[in-house]
Amino acid sequence: MKKTIITVVGKDTVGIIAKVCTYLAENGINILDISQTIVQDYFNMMMIVDTNKATKAFGDMADELASLGEEIGVVIKCQKEEIFDKMHRI
Amino acid sequence: MINLYEVTETNKMIEEENLDVRTITLGISLLDCIDSDLRRLNNKIYAKIYEAAKDLVSTGEEISREFGIPIVNKRISVTPIALVGGAACKSVEDFAGIAKTLDKVAHEVGVNFIGGYSALVSKGMTPADELLIRSIPMALSTTERVCSSVNLGSTKTGINMDAVKLMGEMIVQTAEYTKEDDSLGCAKLVVFCNAPDDNPFMAGAFHGVTEADKIINVGVSGPGVVKTALEQVRGENFEVLCETIKKTAFKVTRVGQLVAQEASKMLGVPFGIVDLSLAPTPAIGDSVADILCEIGLEYAGAPGTTAALALLNDQVKKGGVMASSYVGGLSGAFIPVSEDQGMIDAVTAGALTLEKLEAMTCVCSVGLDMIAIPGDTKATTISGIIADEMAIGMVNQKTTAVRIIPVIGKGVGETVEFGGLLGYAPIMPVNPFSCDNFVNRGGRIPAPIHSFKN
Repeated sequence: MKKTIITVVGKDTVGIIAKVCTYLAENGINILDISQTIVQDYFNMMMIVDTNKATKAFGDMADELASLGEEIGVVIKCQKEEIFDKMHRI
Repeated sequence: MINLYEVTETNKMIEEENLDVRTITLGISLLDCIDSDLRRLNNKIYAKIYEAAKDLVSTGEEISREFGIPIVNKRISVTPIALVGGAACKSVEDFAGIAKTLDKVAHEVGVNFIGGYSALVSKGMTPADELLIRSIPMALSTTERVCSSVNLGSTKTGINMDAVKLMGEMIVQTAEYTKEDDSLGCAKLVVFCNAPDDNPFMAGAFHGVTEADKIINVGVSGPGVVKTALEQVRGENFEVLCETIKKTAFKVTRVGQLVAQEASKMLGVPFGIVDLSLAPTPAIGDSVADILCEIGLEYAGAPGTTAALALLNDQVKKGGVMASSYVGGLSGAFIPVSEDQGMIDAVTAGALTLEKLEAMTCVCSVGLDMIAIPGDTKATTISGIIADEMAIGMVNQKTTAVRIIPVIGKGVGETVEFGGLLGYAPIMPVNPFSCDNFVNRGGRIPAPIHSFKN
C-alpha cells in the first residue's frame, strides 16, 4: 500500500479538518489514521492516507492541498511515508 | 506506525535547520566515446551525456516533491577528460574545445555543474595529461559550468612534484584569465591527493575508471541539523556529545540513501554511494564552524578546534555507515572558508589562519577549501601549499585537496564575492617566505613506508 503523510500546521480555526477531509473524499483518498493537537492556539495535525485509489497524480494532489491550505490560512504538506520510515526506523 | 512527533521532527529539520540533499550526481563513463577524430569525439561526448542525463533534473525535482525534501543540485561527473581526449587532442585549444562541449551539454540538460575536466597524475604525466593541465586556464575561463580537478599524489604512489609545480602555475594563470570575475575560475579547480573515484561533490567530482558505465551518487548535508541537536546537550560530557552527533548523522544519511535509491530506480541507473558529508553553505544556520562553536569553542580556530573537528568527522562517519551500506566519496565534515558564514567570521575575527586550517585538514574529510589569498602570491608558494597538503593526505592515507583562489588585484584585508553557493571570503595572509628551491627540484616524492602492505 502506498501511504502518504499529510501534515497541517497553522493557526486554529473552524473547519480545518472538515475541509481537508472533504478534499480527500472527493479524490478517492482513504484516511488510515489521524492525530492532532493544539499547542498555544496552533493547530498541528498529521494524517496517514492511502493514495492507491487516488484519482489524481501525487504532484497535483500536493499542489491542490497546498493551495487549499492557503485558503484556510494553514500550511498543508504531502510527503510519501518512506522519508519518515527511513529516518526513524531501523 | 509513524507518529506526529517523528513527522514534526523531520519537517523541522527540513524547514528550519536546512536539511537537504546537496546533490544528485550522475556519473557517466566516456571511455566508449574515445575517437582519434576531434569532431567525432565531441559529438559522441555530447550525445552520450545528453542521452544519459536528459531526465536527471526533472527526476530530481519529482523526488524532491514526493518526499518534501529540497534537492539543491543536480550534477554530472564524467571520466577524466585527459583519458578521453588523449587520442584526439593535439593542443590546449583541442582540449578546451571538449570543455566547451561539456559546458554546452550541461546547459542543455539543466545541471549547474559538470565535473571531470580532470587528469590523474599521481605518479607521472602522459603528454595528454600535461596538455589537459595546461589547457585548464583556457577551459575554465571560456566555460561556465565545467569543473576541473587533478590528482597529484596518493599514498600508494607518492607525490608527483613536477605536476605540483605545474599546478601552482596553472592556478595563477586561471586566476589571471578570470580576473574580471574576481578570479572565479579557481573556485572551479581543485587538486587532490588520494582522490576518490565516486565523489559527488564539486569541484572535485569525476567518474573514475573503476566505475560502471553510469552510476548515481548522492551527497547529503545538514550542518544545521547537527548544530540544533547539539544545542539540546550543552554542558554534557563527550559521550553524550558523540552519541548525539552519531544519531543525527544516521537520520541525515538515511534520507540520502532513500533519495539515491529512488533516483536510481527512476533513471534506471545503478546506485553507487551516499556521500555523508556535512557540507556548509553561506546560509545562516548551515555552518560547520557553528557546530564547532556549539561543541565549545568561541570561534573556529581557537585551541581545541582540531580535536573538536576530529570527533565531529568521526561521529558523522560512524552514524552514516550504519545508515547506508554503500558510503563513499569524501564523507565527513567539509571546512571551506567562503562557503561557511562561521568560518568567514572566524577569519575576520583573527581566530582562524591558513596554518590552523592546514592542521584541521589532517582530521577533516577534505582539505584547504575555498580560501582566498592575495593575487600577488607566487606560483611556487601555491605549489608549496599544495605540496604540504598532499603530504598530509599521503602520510595519513586520506583524501586531501586544495582549492585556493589568488584574487588578482586584491590583497589582505579586502573581501571577494563569488556569489551563490560559493559565498564570499576575506583574503587571508600567506606565509611570505620562499620555497622556490624546494618546488623547483623536480621529480617525485616517494610513497611512504606504510604504503607497502603487500
